[in-house]
Amino acid sequence: MGNIILKMKDITKEFPGVKALDRVNIEVEEGEIHALCGENGAGKSTLMNVLSGIYPYGSYEGEIIYQGHPCRFKTIKDSEREGIVIIHQELALVPYLSIAENMFLGNECARGGVINWDETYQKSARYMAMVGLHENPRTLIKDIGVGKQQLVEIAKALAKNVKLLILDEPTSSLNESDAKKLLDLLLSFKKEGISSIIISHKLNEISYCADKITVIRDGHTIETLDQKDDISEERIIKGMVGREMTNRFPPRTPHIGEVSLEVRNWTVYHPIYTERKVVDDVSITLRAGEVVGIAGLMGAGRTELCMSVFGRAYGSSISGELRIHGKPVHLRDIPQAIEAGLAYVTEDRKGDGLILPDSIKHNSTMARPGFISRHGVIDKDLETMRAKELRQQLGIKTPTVEQLVGNLSGGNQQKVLVAKWIFAQPDILLMDEPTRGVDVGAKYEIYEIINDLVAQGKSVLMVSSELPEILGMCDRIYVMNEGRMIAELDRSEASQESIMSYIMQDSKGEIGA
Amino acid sequence: MNKKSAFKGVDLKRFGMLIALVIIIVLFTILTKGLILKPMNIGNLINQNSYVVILAVGMLLCILTGGNIDLSVGSVVALIGACAGTFIITLGWNVYLSIGLCLLIGIAVGAWQGFWIAYVGIPPFITTLSGMLVFRGITLLILNGLTLAPFPDAYQQLSTGFLPDLVESFTLFGGKSNLLCIIVGVLAVVVFCVAQLMNNANRKRKGYECETPAAMAVKMIVVSAVVLWVFYTLAQYRGVPTVLIILAVLVLVYSFFTQNTVRGRHLYAIGGNMKAARLSGVRTKQMMFFAYTNMGFIASVAGLVFAARLNSASPVAGQSFEMDAIASCFIGGASAYGGTGTVGGALIGALIMGVLNNGMSIMGISSNAQQVVKGLVLLIAVAVDVIGKQQIQLPFLRKRSSNRSVSG
Repeated sequence: MGNIILKMKDITKEFPGVKALDRVNIEVEEGEIHALCGENGAGKSTLMNVLSGIYPYGSYEGEIIYQGHPCRFKTIKDSEREGIVIIHQELALVPYLSIAENMFLGNECARGGVINWDETYQKSARYMAMVGLHENPRTLIKDIGVGKQQLVEIAKALAKNVKLLILDEPTSSLNESDAKKLLDLLLSFKKEGISSIIISHKLNEISYCADKITVIRDGHTIETLDQKDDISEERIIKGMVGREMTNRFPPRTPHIGEVSLEVRNWTVYHPIYTERKVVDDVSITLRAGEVVGIAGLMGAGRTELCMSVFGRAYGSSISGELRIHGKPVHLRDIPQAIEAGLAYVTEDRKGDGLILPDSIKHNSTMARPGFISRHGVIDKDLETMRAKELRQQLGIKTPTVEQLVGNLSGGNQQKVLVAKWIFAQPDILLMDEPTRGVDVGAKYEIYEIINDLVAQGKSVLMVSSELPEILGMCDRIYVMNEGRMIAELDRSEASQESIMSYIMQDSKGEIGA
Repeated sequence: MNKKSAFKGVDLKRFGMLIALVIIIVLFTILTKGLILKPMNIGNLINQNSYVVILAVGMLLCILTGGNIDLSVGSVVALIGACAGTFIITLGWNVYLSIGLCLLIGIAVGAWQGFWIAYVGIPPFITTLSGMLVFRGITLLILNGLTLAPFPDAYQQLSTGFLPDLVESFTLFGGKSNLLCIIVGVLAVVVFCVAQLMNNANRKRKGYECETPAAMAVKMIVVSAVVLWVFYTLAQYRGVPTVLIILAVLVLVYSFFTQNTVRGRHLYAIGGNMKAARLSGVRTKQMMFFAYTNMGFIASVAGLVFAARLNSASPVAGQSFEMDAIASCFIGGASAYGGTGTVGGALIGALIMGVLNNGMSIMGISSNAQQVVKGLVLLIAVAVDVIGKQQIQLPFLRKRSSNRSVSG
């Protein structure tokens, strides 16, 4: 301990027109978990790309000293040879190859280009045991969950003799218990002398596992905090946003009205494995002016519930009753659901939500083109005007609404996604992980938008895997587990502990359905 | 790519292809000592390339839905020619009734393929590969492997005919000229300019942003000059070709459809992100079905025009037409992944191919060498598109390409 394994000195990296990093410094000790914090666009990922050789030596200024030697990585291979392995937020696994094949992809156990399969499977089993992954190494990646895929990535890093592991938002798609498992794994690596750099937006995780925290803002190193000094989350946020954020959730006085959405005895089966029940006899109600949360682990059936309600966008053999403003409705497809005043804000903005190679303007009017057209002919000027209004209303930071959505930051993309559904003027918004992968500042702005919506008498059903968010925003909370609704809690009686204990007990089968 | 072009994106790329077309025309004007711009050759250019332009318009709609292509159009062109030949020549039916029937057959063929693609989920490549074999086979069965000819004059007018002139002899600038042609040209210019002015006045009234008068003036002058020149040149030959009217109507209608209607917007949305489009309420299957049904209709129009031009129904008609149409779209800036591209671009792409063909033929370059040139032009055009996109679109690609520029 105490040995500096990595020192990055005065790293400056410029993109055409933007200085992404400006004399950034970071030091990592051997056997340390070092967290890198900052808002989206602060330069965290850029810094890690410099370190791992994705941006080759020469394309940046400054010095990298690793294990006492200055390093000049030209490619990822160079840095991996030295034991620096980066695991990206979006996993780089091939779905139709097996766990073992993925683990040794680009690093095959081969002689003269011919793969030794016995060695491959034997080795992979060993690394899988090290990360606590109990699967057959011949299982295809597509058949295991995201949590396990993340473990495969780490096992892959181990196979490369990792000494410094870099994880970019490793838990963003994991549920709480998988996330904790992952962090515990990092803590156990620490004992074996493997250092980690972890980039995360989740401050509770950082406090849980990090020894030191370096805060980056606008391409500058702001400070490095030592966990020994017992750092509060508020302290970290202050460094990230440059101001004290006393309240992470904007205040709201609820004005709750009539029942707007009623779902009764809702049962949904998997679209492909049609005998598998994904939502099991669920009943929920939603009132005007109310924010209702659905808590639960990943795979609890929350997304499936929302999507199946939204014009049967998911699932097969859907049964149950749906009432909107007291009237029974049968929504056969998505256009009907939109017509009925529903909106589903997807959890996967890039995959399911936005058309990245198209403009903000076109994206934001997409869900309800009828509002900007007559007899199917679009009034383009009206469209531009509406898009500009939405940009202003939601604070989308961009000079022009012609900008391609793919060029925006995560927070701004999320706002475009929300703008699209606000434009559709729904009464009931089903928001699935509305703040996933956006920074603290943008989160706050999205919370404000949600509060505005319910103040106008709309209803919001919010699915979130971040319990503090659910507790901070919702008037009422449902807890789902394994497709069933296991609890309904009022804001006053809910706490992280109570929600988790419902889930844990249900998973053990102590609460009968 | 400098920053400005990245900012302007698609628009600039479209201009880029237009500039390429102008350069190619100028080049061939020099190489052929002006032959390529002779009135008769302009008429030929239009006739020779009419079917490619028609097919490219339909193909663009398919490509927009996600880079999907239709390989069967060449066979459908032959099939429709065979049907027209059978109805008109063998059975002696009324020409207009037969044309109507052929269009219906085209729509039915398109609907057949659209059904398998949209509602059963067979990849378009495979469905239309099957169609390519099936419809060519049906053509051979109908024609029994023989060629039917000739068509009556009324039918031939469809492709090789010209609009009848109003007066016997009319002279302009000291040469014999076609009055109707001049009138049509002037009318087109007037309609264009009035539409521009009205559109702008409308914007002003509703309080939207307007174009600057200078930009509008430049646009109007350039377009007017080109249109007037084309019609003046045509007037010196035999007047307005009927097929030019068909082309103009198709290009205008489909341009409007793709740019200004909700349905058109949906085509782009599907190509940009199918899942997002579906979750935004786009009826994706219906749109896929429409794109391919429409392709059948367009292929039948091309089939009718082409049979009229050949003046026969031939079992080998339309071979490799699909490739010309696909190439035109890609040269004209359509993305091979769908979601971007315009009818105007496809038109320019088809013209580039046409001018290359025509120019090289005049120069006496062998058709073998011509193929090499056309193939390379296609590759270069798409390469420019792909490289341009890496600069502007996906952040991870941008990183990689900026990398390359640094290390390279």
